[in-house]
Amino acid sequence: MAMTAVFLNVDETRVVPALREAGEKLDGTEGEVVLDFSSMHRIDSSALRAMEELARIAEGKNVKVVLRGVNVDVYKVLKLVKLTRRFSFVN
Amino acid sequence: MIATETVQERVQIPLAVESLSAERIAYLEELVNQAKTAAAVFTQFTQEDVDRIVKAMVLAGLEQAQHLARLAVEETRLGVMEDKVLKNMVATEFVYNYIKDKRTVGIIREFLERNLIEMAEPIGVIFSVTPITNPTSTVLFKCIMAIKTRNAVIFSPHPKAWHCCSEAVRIMYEIALKHGAPEGVFSCLESPTLVDNAFLMKHKDVGLIDATGGPGMVKAAYSSGKPALGVGAGNTPVYLEKTADLNTAVVDIIVSKTFDNGTICASEQTVVIDDEIYEAALQKFADLGAHVCNEKETKRLERTVIDPQTGFMQPMAVGQKAADIARFAGLSVKPNTKLLIAPIQGVGHDHPLSVEKLFPVLAVYRAKSVAEALRVCVDVNHAGGLGHTAVIFSRNEEVIRKFGEVINAGRIIVNSPGSIGALGAVYNDLVPTFSFGCGTGGGNSTTDNVNIFHYLNIKRLARRTQTHMWFRVPNQIYFNMNAVENLRQFPSLSTIIVTSPLLEQMGHVDIVRRHICPKTHVHVQVIPDAEPEVKIITQGVEALNFYKADQIIALGGGSVIDAAKIMKLKYESPEADLEYLAAPFLDLRKRVVQYPTEKINRARLIAISTTSGTGSEVTPFAVLTDKASGRKVTLADYSLTPDVAIVDPQFVMSMPKGLTADTGIDCLTHALEAGVSNYASPYTDSSAMQAIRLVFKYLPIAYEHPRDEEARCMMHNAACIAAMAFSNASVGVNHALAHAFGARFGVPHGRANALMLPHVMAYNAAVPTKFMPSPYTQGYVAHKKYATVADLLGLGGHTVEEKVKNLIQATEQLLDQLGFPRSIAELGISREEFERAVPELASIAFDDPSWRSNPRMPLMSELVQLFWKAYEGRGVAKGAGVS
Repeated sequence: MAMTAVFLNVDETRVVPALREAGEKLDGTEGEVVLDFSSMHRIDSSALRAMEELARIAEGKNVKVVLRGVNVDVYKVLKLVKLTRRFSFVN
Repeated sequence: MIATETVQERVQIPLAVESLSAERIAYLEELVNQAKTAAAVFTQFTQEDVDRIVKAMVLAGLEQAQHLARLAVEETRLGVMEDKVLKNMVATEFVYNYIKDKRTVGIIREFLERNLIEMAEPIGVIFSVTPITNPTSTVLFKCIMAIKTRNAVIFSPHPKAWHCCSEAVRIMYEIALKHGAPEGVFSCLESPTLVDNAFLMKHKDVGLIDATGGPGMVKAAYSSGKPALGVGAGNTPVYLEKTADLNTAVVDIIVSKTFDNGTICASEQTVVIDDEIYEAALQKFADLGAHVCNEKETKRLERTVIDPQTGFMQPMAVGQKAADIARFAGLSVKPNTKLLIAPIQGVGHDHPLSVEKLFPVLAVYRAKSVAEALRVCVDVNHAGGLGHTAVIFSRNEEVIRKFGEVINAGRIIVNSPGSIGALGAVYNDLVPTFSFGCGTGGGNSTTDNVNIFHYLNIKRLARRTQTHMWFRVPNQIYFNMNAVENLRQFPSLSTIIVTSPLLEQMGHVDIVRRHICPKTHVHVQVIPDAEPEVKIITQGVEALNFYKADQIIALGGGSVIDAAKIMKLKYESPEADLEYLAAPFLDLRKRVVQYPTEKINRARLIAISTTSGTGSEVTPFAVLTDKASGRKVTLADYSLTPDVAIVDPQFVMSMPKGLTADTGIDCLTHALEAGVSNYASPYTDSSAMQAIRLVFKYLPIAYEHPRDEEARCMMHNAACIAAMAFSNASVGVNHALAHAFGARFGVPHGRANALMLPHVMAYNAAVPTKFMPSPYTQGYVAHKKYATVADLLGLGGHTVEEKVKNLIQATEQLLDQLGFPRSIAELGISREEFERAVPELASIAFDDPSWRSNPRMPLMSELVQLFWKAYEGRGVAKGAGVS
């Protein structure tokens, strides 16, 4: 059973730093990282780039990144840029 | 707009993307990726967000209009700076005025009465090719459209207009970004090449190509396999008709053809002038600054501005001043000459100046008649201008309409300048644009002025509609014993009683006669008691005409009443073609064939039924046999419904037992099928349920005790009530099977129905293999409705399945009680004979319109199965229920 090693709340006002922080915490992590997107209502290009980077790091370290509480508008953006396949989603 | 192109460009756009370097591909991929991300982010924006950005962009565009116009002229050496300023202002201000209140996010339009909502879905990444002729105005226009519709655009300007276009993109991008647009929403290809264009046109993440350019570019766009808005070249014919206001027309043509030195592809190319005003028109042009070329000058001009090899205009002439062009051609003209007018004698290869000329050279043709003028305009239209633009100056509405009919152009501009008129919103109410759709004539997907709605996927949210239904019956029904007395209240000078020989012998006709208004002339038309033939109808109509009947009384069973309905139809509408009226249909209200509404005699049809089954006295159906063609013609229309129905049981008191049983079960089948029909409504349900109740209660009594007045009366009522139900809810698969089987083996209709009924009930009560599409029903309810019938009859049962089983059992018991054969085998039909017949029977049953309202769509194999069940017969209830 996977362990939750890291749990991070992603605040809409500082998405990019939060995602970078998450990327840094992947070092030595086993199991999965859960990022809480509940407070994020919109996502911009820089955040998407940071997510792309996070996905790349996580894949390299074989860590599963779970996004929690992603609203459907943000989910659609992730779908359009083909990022949904690189994350797991929970409510 | 059209770009000036090389011949090679016109012929072929190279698509060999293999020649791109890895670095170039990486660069192009990055552009697409940025645009894709921007478009994705853009999906989250609201209408207010995009409107705010658009307004800022429009204001910036207006501020920079002169700067961009100057850059365009300096770089391209085409056109007139002052005119390009106006173009930039139209591309911003006029376009904004059109789009500012339009919704392009979420719900964009609502059609409440149709339960329909249109919603916007952005396209994503648009690859846009822009021309040399209108470079900055086209970029401004497309940037504004893209933001309004939440799309990202990669621009590929014409290489000779790259600097001014990239500046326009930069200005739009920076202001959009400042007001919140996503990063990467616009980009401009650096050093664009045709191979870059080919690569991007085929890129999987590009959603739409918007190619404004020459035919080669447009063709490449459409050939890419991507959705494309390719809008290209024109060749605008102008008809200057003799009734035109010459002063206005000549000024408008000069305004248009000299605007930006004629670079707008909608500008006038050949003016066809009526002979009567030709000289005056040319004089007017000359007076206003045009130079009218003589024959020799025209030849020199055509050698200069038209490429003799290709027949197309020379790029060096595009967008140049008239005086400069004259100088190139070695013509001596005044320095301020606005326009060169070149008379031509025809259109096509032998008349080089009849093609598109994006510079201030105008061909003119002298037409001897309207017919000749229109023909020449059509020739010009077909010489490279199909689908684009045409212009007419006239005050003759008939000529204007004819011009509109014969010319294939997306924009037909009347009494105003062609180029500025086609741009829209200045001289007319056309949608403002900088891209003219030319329809299939120009190899384009639209004839519209391209606008924001072409940058959107429009989604339609269609809610289920509450379809209107109906309940139509005769407006007067008289019932119970001696109801025939009511005939007295219908005044008539001439009445024809249509009846059968037997009923006449039985004295029924005399009873009817006694109750007809005194002093009425009465004629009795006796017809055979069989499905009516064409000959019988014809004789009946002759009698109606001879006696000038104002009232028809149909006294008889279904066949007699059907005959009277058809006689009345032909009497009232002699031109009615019965074969034509019998054309098939799926929904009575949407049928293609319409019954005549004109009635020349306005005769009243009163139907008095003498059997208790068909209910023809209240139905809108009639069946006719055409012996000559061997065809059966089924007519169905509410106009056939009798005006008055009399349901008087005295006429059925002497019905034999067999007929009582047959017609009674026909009535029960009508009611049961109407009850579970997809067209059933609370109105038809009330009739169907009551009819079923009456049949179960009174049919056994009427059968066993034929003189029982109450039972006869109630069965007579039941037949009429059931008919009211199926007239409006229709019947079902039982009738389809019975029609096919009865006709093939000569079995009476009621008996054929009885053989199928329990099997069909079990079939309809089970979960369908295939549901019948129906907007009228909600969910599958046939089994529940059978259960409701079981409850009504007090048959007991706790579950729907038990109740259905009990109803089928009760039906089987009733059939036994009435002495019906309970299997086809019992009729003496051998298994071998039946086996041979079944495939055709199933096919005929499948073609029968009766089942179209059945709750379960019968598969051919299921019809075969039902026939075999009816052949084997008995014991349905044991296995019945929802399965």
